[in-house]
Formats: sequence, structure tokens, C-alpha cells
Amino acid sequence: MNRPGARLLRGALNQASLILFALVFAGFGSLSAKFLSPANLLNILLQSAPTVIVAVGMTFVLLTGGVDLSVGAVMFVGAALAGKAAPGGAGPAAAVGLMLAAGALLGLGNGFLVARLKVIPFVVTLAVMSIGRGFGLWLTETRALNLSNEFLQVGAARVLGVPVPVLLAGAVLVAATVVLGATPFGRQLYAVGQNAAAARRAGVNTRRILLIAYVLSGVCAGLGGFLSLAQLGAVSSKFGENYEFKAIAAAVLGGASLQGGRGRIFPGALLGATLIQAVENGLVILNADPYLYPLVTSAVIFLAVLVDATRTSLLAESHRRQIRVEP
Amino acid sequence: MIEFQGIEKRFAGVRAVGPVSFDLPPGATLGLVGENGAGKSTLMNLLGGNLQPDAGSMRLAERPYAPHGPAEAMRCGIAFIHQELNLFGNLTIAENLFLTRFPRWWRSPFIYRTGLRAEAGKLLAQVGLELDPHTPMDRLAVGECQLVEIAKALAGDPRLIIFDEPTSSLSTREAERLFALMAGFRRQGRSLIYISHALGDVLRLCDDLVILRDGLVAGRGPARDFTIPRLISLMAGRVPEATAPAPTPPREPAGAVALAVRGVSRPGVVRDISFELRRGEILGIAGMMGAGRSELARILFGLDAPAAGELRLHGRPLQGATVRERVRRGMAFVTEDRRGEGLCLEASVADNLALAALPAFARGRARRIDRPGLQAALTPVKAAVRLTADADGRAVKTLSGGNQQKVVLAKWLLTKPGVIILDEPTRGIDVGAKCEIHELIRALAAAGTAVLLISSELEELTALCDRLLVLNRGEITATLARAEFDQARILAAALPGERSA
Repeated sequence: MNRPGARLLRGALNQASLILFALVFAGFGSLSAKFLSPANLLNILLQSAPTVIVAVGMTFVLLTGGVDLSVGAVMFVGAALAGKAAPGGAGPAAAVGLMLAAGALLGLGNGFLVARLKVIPFVVTLAVMSIGRGFGLWLTETRALNLSNEFLQVGAARVLGVPVPVLLAGAVLVAATVVLGATPFGRQLYAVGQNAAAARRAGVNTRRILLIAYVLSGVCAGLGGFLSLAQLGAVSSKFGENYEFKAIAAAVLGGASLQGGRGRIFPGALLGATLIQAVENGLVILNADPYLYPLVTSAVIFLAVLVDATRTSLLAESHRRQIRVEP
Repeated sequence: MIEFQGIEKRFAGVRAVGPVSFDLPPGATLGLVGENGAGKSTLMNLLGGNLQPDAGSMRLAERPYAPHGPAEAMRCGIAFIHQELNLFGNLTIAENLFLTRFPRWWRSPFIYRTGLRAEAGKLLAQVGLELDPHTPMDRLAVGECQLVEIAKALAGDPRLIIFDEPTSSLSTREAERLFALMAGFRRQGRSLIYISHALGDVLRLCDDLVILRDGLVAGRGPARDFTIPRLISLMAGRVPEATAPAPTPPREPAGAVALAVRGVSRPGVVRDISFELRRGEILGIAGMMGAGRSELARILFGLDAPAAGELRLHGRPLQGATVRERVRRGMAFVTEDRRGEGLCLEASVADNLALAALPAFARGRARRIDRPGLQAALTPVKAAVRLTADADGRAVKTLSGGNQQKVVLAKWLLTKPGVIILDEPTRGIDVGAKCEIHELIRALAAAGTAVLLISSELEELTALCDRLLVLNRGEITATLARAEFDQARILAAALPGERSA
């Protein structure tokens, strides 16, 4: 493990998101000058704002060693409720409230099943994903709902020159970083993710930690859904689809481990989310075959998981005891 | 200080402890001994709030005491230092120390880092650990982790500290350091409960002793009234045998070379290891914790690759052979981490037993398992290790440590190994099972198996082995024949910083 090759590999894996980031931007930039234009870069940032927020929530759950597959469905349920709440849809203020509440409620359901009834997170959130999507489809009768123009206005609004979606995503990033790094809850979350049984023995209320993690993930999905709604102005039956994959990929690309206990919000989740969005954006600019999009995005996700697995095994190797100091 | 009144605990209707009544005077050190499964841990978990009693009550400092969780026990001034360390490698030392009671900015939910560092520094100073409190936990050695665990216990300023087998993963020097700390705690007027299989330490450190057997108090009194043989007889409920295993009777010279190791090195782990292990020989490896014994075993068994050197099994090179091939060619490895690496805890005893030899019982193209054949082969092996008869269908995790180890041994015996590597085969198991495993090792050698025995117990090594290697920081510092076995000489070669000829 002292070989320069292994050290280089470990360094590369630790900086994997940065390296991929540079590669993607250099690649698309060389293929199209338009890709690197300030307007398009801002566009990428705007488009990735919902993913950033959902990925932040996902990071909380991943840190506990769990996973939340229901985020896309949570976004859809919230959006469907907002679209159906009043004739012609609710106003943005009411919609935010509804979507956050729906996220919190579904997150609470996930958290209750995982923390109290000890069901495996994968199974719980898969079921909630299915139920949520089904409920949303029933509510909207699979029809697309158009919302008032106020939504698009919120999506395009600027405060002090900064677009609202970017501002919101930034606020969520800062808040999550502070919660994870500077509050007892955040540090205990890391402990639970490392070894839940040991955390319980140490006197940590592991159920509460797990419950809060899933609620936060749900709330973030609700907020991300609102932003997405404000950018699209309509709810289709595909609203929020595949967001779970985007969010997991963004978090893992950013260094969160699927084994739990390791990962950071900044710059991890931010880089991961913008990276995924940049790939989609680049493909659009290059006029690539739309049927290729899922293939390319899944390739990026596959890469993220591969990086995580390699990083984990390398980490295990480097943490093995060193007995001798070689001259 | 603490008083147990008819306390009782059952698991699924089976009585684990009780009814038990005894008390501990304030400021005293109580030694708690008993075989594995005697109820020591259950009793301490009741005291530490991890379990609630089914009957009886406890009194702490003359007041009723019934904790509902570890946090409540901590608030009442009881600290429990568990056998397995409850530390988190992804947090810093200070965060580990204050995980459930972080100092905060005034009335805010935010951690006050400056205060945290100062408080943690004070605690670390109390246990004599000179490290920056913000060091990540995963950079610490085992002995240092133990000290952090003790510092954590001190954070609540406990009146009573429970030590559960604190020395099992410590070197002699680290253990002495711990005993000095314990003496300091006594001077501060704290009560201590000390649980250990190392009976010599218990007699030396404790004022009073309680001996548990089958969940009941089998004996109690001042420590000076006890001797090691008497303790063993009370624990086991049978006539005491000699404390140290009887030496292996002299045998004819060992047979052909079974395993030849030439110049094996792995950077950062071991350097230039050479030895020969012969058929019918028991070769011991002594050394301090962290000397590279288990790491060497992993290399021999093919779990880690050596950077240099040559291995031969029965004269044929082992280079590039996977673990599977090694097993097929007659190697076996009993790991020191029985629960983590040696067993599938949730699986049944029968399934665990079959695991290593399964390929030999696969029949036909479809590789169907020959169950009757397997059963027939298992019977003598189970008898050889004297495994509890009714164990087959039970999950391995429900067995005692001794029986679990017998399952691991039986699993490998089924493969009829020519070379068996045993890494700490008797660690943390009760006296009875220990004797049986010693007998088994001798029987294996007598039948021609080459045995490589790694152990931290010098008595075990000197009694069982024909020859001893001493490992020190990854190098062999002494090779001793039976006539040269001498504890002082072995220790001198094993202690870092010293070298023997």
C-alpha cells in the first residue's frame, strides 16, 4: 500500500468527483463552445438546484447506512397535491407548504418503519416509492396539470441578482453542512452510520437519529420538488422520476459511502449533482440521440458506485495495522 | 454502594441469571469471575441499564435503582467499559468522548469546539494519553483505544466503573498501565467491578470476589481467602485440574516438512520470515499484540500476498495458490476473530460445520450435496471436539464461546487438513473448553497433522509446543526448542526495543 501507484489511485479515488467534473467539462467544452458559455453554466447550476437539494437529504440517509428510494415519488406526490389543491392549482406559497408537509409525512413513514419496526431501508423506501407514485397517478388521473404562471415567476426570480433556485440550494447546503458538522445530532448521525449497535450502547438514541434522517430526506425531496415545479410550471405523470438515482449518484460521486458513516455535503453533493446535470445538458447541446441520455447518465452512476466500492476496499486496506516502519 | 436483591433475568424463558443477591461496599473493588455463560455479562448489563431484570431489584447508594437504558445508568454514576470497544473511527477522539454530552454554545444547538477540546484534553490527561483530542479515532492503536474508552467512562465522573475483560486485547505492558490507572481510581474513592478470565490479575487487584456459576453465586468473600485452584473449582464446579495445561509428553522427532517458509516479507507487516513446520509438530508463535503474528498467518493462508519469499506445502510451491486451492491441498486456518471471520453467526451449527468441506461432498455434474455422506463424516468430527450433542439445528450465535470455537475447529477437521494454523484458539473461552481444545491440538499432532499455534498465553505455548518462534515487530527474534523454553527469555525476545541472540 506504500507503492506510489496505489497511493496515486487512492488520491484519484478521493478526488474522483473533481477529476470527473474536470473531464466532463473539458470534454463537452471541446465539443461545443456553447457548453462553457456563462449563460449555459448558469443554466446548469439552475437545472441542478433541485437535484442538489434532494441529494443533500439523501446524504443524511446514506450516512446512516440506509438508502431512500422514495424521493422521486415524494416529489411527485407533493406536486400532485399542489396541482389538485385548488381549481387551477394552489399558489406557490401554499404549494411549498403542502409539498414540505407531504415530504415530512412520507419521510416520517419511512423513518418509522426503518427505526421502529426495523424493516430494511431498501424495502421500506421501495414500497413507499411505489405507493407514492401510485397515489400521485390516481390523484392526477395520469393527466398533466398546468400550474399558474406565478410558479414560473418564482423559478425565474432573482434576489440581489442571484436566481432563487440557486439561492435555495445554497441555503440548504450551508444548513446541512452546519447540522452535520457542528451539532450533536450531526456527529451522532456519523456514529450511527459507522456502527449502530455501538452507538446504541454508547447511549445515542439511534431510533431518533434514523427517524430524523428520513424526515430530512423527505423534506428535502419536497423542497426539491417545489423547485422543479417552479422551473417546469407543470406536473406530468413522469414528474420526479429517476430522482432517487440522480440523488444517490450525486451523493456517492461526492464521496458518501453506501456503507454509511462516510461522506460530506460540501463540496460532495454539490459537485455530484452539477456533474450529472452537466452531462444531460451537454448531451442536449450536442443534439445527441435522446435515447442515449439514460445510457450515458447510468454510465456516470455506475462509475460512481464503482468508485465507492474501490474506495471502500482501499480504505479497509489502508486501515489495517502497520507493524513495521520500513526504512 | 450497589446491592443486588434476588435479581433474575430470563431469555426466552431460559434463566440466564438469578436469583442473585450480593452487595459491593463503597470504594471497594469487586472481582467477578465465572466461566463463559455463567451470567457475568448479563448481570453487568442489568447494572449498566442495557437489560431490565425480570424479578428482584437493585439499590444504588441506599436508593432504589432501576435504569431504563445505558444513558440513565450513566447519569446515576455507573460507567460500563465493554469488552468490545464502542468507538467510532469516523469521529475524533473528543467527539467519541462527548458523543452524548457535547458542550454547546450558550443555549444554542451548536457544539462549542474550543470547550470540547479543553474538556477532552483534561480527560485524556487523566488516563495519560498524550494526543490531540481532535485526532481521528481510526489513527489509534488498540491499547490507545482502550484508554479512550476509559477516559469516556470518566467523563460522567462515575461512582462505579465496570471493566469487562479489559485486558483481553492488551499487551502485558498496556495491561500494567491499566492496572496503575485502576489503582488511581480507587484512591479517588470510586468503586470498581472487574471481570476477567485472568485469575491472577483478579486476585491481585480486587478486595472482594463473587464467583458465578450457571447464573448463581457459587462463592464470595474477601480475595485473600481464595487461590487460583479454588477459584477454578468454584467456577467449574469440579475438581481443579492444574492451572497451566500439562506439558505435552516427549515425542519422537517430527516427520517430513509440511510447510516451508523462506524469506517471506510484506512491507509494513513482516520481514524475512523463514521456518519449517513438520508433520506431527506443534510449532508456537509468541509475540506481543501487534507483532505481526496474525498478519503472518494471513499471508501463509493466502489471504494477503507476500511481496517476497517462497512458500511450499508438502514440497510443492504455494505461489499464486488461492485460499480455495490451499484448502483443497490440506491447509486450514482458525482465525482469531471467531465471531467476525470464523462463523456465520446467524446460520445453524450444521451449516457452519459443512462450510469448508462442502466441495468434497458435492456429487455429480449438478454438484448436489451428499447430505447422508456429510452427516456420516460429521459424526466422528463432532465427537472429536466434544461438541454439545443437541447443537445441530441451533443458530451458532446462541452457543457459548467455547462451543462456537469447537464448531470452527470441527469445520476444519472435516477437511482433514495436513497443516492447521490456529490463531488464538482459546481466547475468551471457559476453562473446561480450553482444556478440551488443548487435548484436541495434541491429538491432531499425534495423528500427524502439522500445527502452527499462535497464542498470547505463554503457559499455553510452553505447555503445548515442540518449538517456539518469537515474533517482534514483524521479524523472528528467537527460535527456541522445548528445552530452551523460559518465560523470561521469550518475553525478552518479544518486547520491542530488546533483542535476543
